[in-house]
Amino acid sequence: MFGYSMEDVGNIVVMQGFSGLSLFSVLLLMALGLAIIFGQMGVINMAHGEFMTVGAYTTVFLSKMAVEFDIVNSYFIFAIIAAFILAFFIGYFVEYALIRHLYKRPLDTLLATWGLSLVMQQIFRSTFGAKEVSAELPEWLLGSFKPTPDIDIPINGVFVMGLALIVTVGVYLFMFRSRGGLRIRATVQNRMMAGAVGINTQKVDRLTFALGCGIAGVAGAAFTTIASTGPTTGSLYIVDSFMVVVFGGAASLMGTIASAFGIAQAQSILQFFMTSSMGKVSTLMTIVIILMMRPEGLFASKVRK
Amino acid sequence: MFEVVDLHVSYGQSEVIHGLSFKAEKNETLAIMGRNGMGKTTLFKSLMGILPSHATKAEIDGDSVNEIQTYQRVAKGLAYVPQGRMIFPAMTVQENIETGLENSTSSEIPEDIYALFPVLYDMRKRKGGNLSGGQQQQLAIARALVTNPKVLLLDEPTEGIQPSIIKDIANVLNDIRKMREITIIVSEQVLSFTMAVADRIIVIDKGRFIHEDLREDVDAEKIKGYLSV
Repeated sequence: MFGYSMEDVGNIVVMQGFSGLSLFSVLLLMALGLAIIFGQMGVINMAHGEFMTVGAYTTVFLSKMAVEFDIVNSYFIFAIIAAFILAFFIGYFVEYALIRHLYKRPLDTLLATWGLSLVMQQIFRSTFGAKEVSAELPEWLLGSFKPTPDIDIPINGVFVMGLALIVTVGVYLFMFRSRGGLRIRATVQNRMMAGAVGINTQKVDRLTFALGCGIAGVAGAAFTTIASTGPTTGSLYIVDSFMVVVFGGAASLMGTIASAFGIAQAQSILQFFMTSSMGKVSTLMTIVIILMMRPEGLFASKVRK
Repeated sequence: MFEVVDLHVSYGQSEVIHGLSFKAEKNETLAIMGRNGMGKTTLFKSLMGILPSHATKAEIDGDSVNEIQTYQRVAKGLAYVPQGRMIFPAMTVQENIETGLENSTSSEIPEDIYALFPVLYDMRKRKGGNLSGGQQQQLAIARALVTNPKVLLLDEPTEGIQPSIIKDIANVLNDIRKMREITIIVSEQVLSFTMAVADRIIVIDKGRFIHEDLREDVDAEKIKGYLSV
């Protein structure tokens, strides 16, 4: 096949498959935040990528601090937490100042958040410069496993995957096992009725939006381990993330995971055998066809409405 | 005691509720009857703060529920079972009831709720959206009851429900009043149901109360006259 031996093809599939898994992890983290905001609240947040960038810059900034104080090996966990908190509070403020006035006008939220993303990109550019920057990674994140002489599995990829797994489980437990999650789901399903059983829906909206942004911040922190950060980093991922959410079926956590996995793997493996744009085109075509047959996405839950 | 004085509700420029006043005592069931489009649902929604309204006074046991947000009214003792039930379809029965525990100190559903609605216990793991109409109605009542209300508002609880279940719902409402001694206000078009639960009947027509009777004094023919088109 394409001039490779069978063994080569096997190795390529494993390595590309693994790089697909890293992409899957970042996409999943992005899409989780977006699934909460778009899937649950119906807000099309075009600035979601910029919240990821906030997390990435936070990590880069903390890594510079860590180099000065010589704590490079231990700062990363704190960077993830800081990225979450910072993105969370910026999200909280954005909901208060902008989004809450636009709940009944979805197209206006799209424009407003797109404008917000441009503003944020320019703020990044003015503050950190147009050049891409990288975080100083702790030593334990560098290097790779070699299960066989021909296969390289980078450790940072494994780390990002582990992080995505932890965050996914955390989001699941929050949404389906906690009072906060119950409030969010009730508000999403029937805003008026949620108010009439005693839920403060405005507060729920604010926290939901902030939570989605916070998770995007974590995605940003994870992102710094596999690539460098620039002002427009987030906008590169926003389209793919929306694709993941829509394809998976809004408001379905399992759907989000499955579709993030499918899209990341398809792109990663196809891009090796075809050109990068052909890989994207074939993935997109498949998604369009599947969505024509299942308009509500892969895993829409079936109940009487 | 629930007291409302001079309640006005408007949709844009046109006023649809023209200065209603009423009192309902503790342990009393009050029925508001009227044809479609006479303002029953509008009245209930405005009492819950879902629709903007203007009243001189709206209070429960002297505690004002006037001009505050819906969730704050719930905390002060109003509970609402809307027309069409509006349970949360994608949540399990148990989760549906738990949404009403917002102001409760416990996170567990009180046992008397399942005693009142045994069918909900059997179905507690099912999605609310997959229940029958009558079961959904019971679920909506259970959800309202766990908020521990002083005043329970039910908007057309018999709408779209088969006659045998309507009797069950009437029994449940009477049980609730016996157990909790709360005020129940129910809007209705079915006179037999009203006669089975209400102590007092008020007829609403074009946003005004036009007739009031204690149950003992009700002239069924006269009320039917008000309800027929």
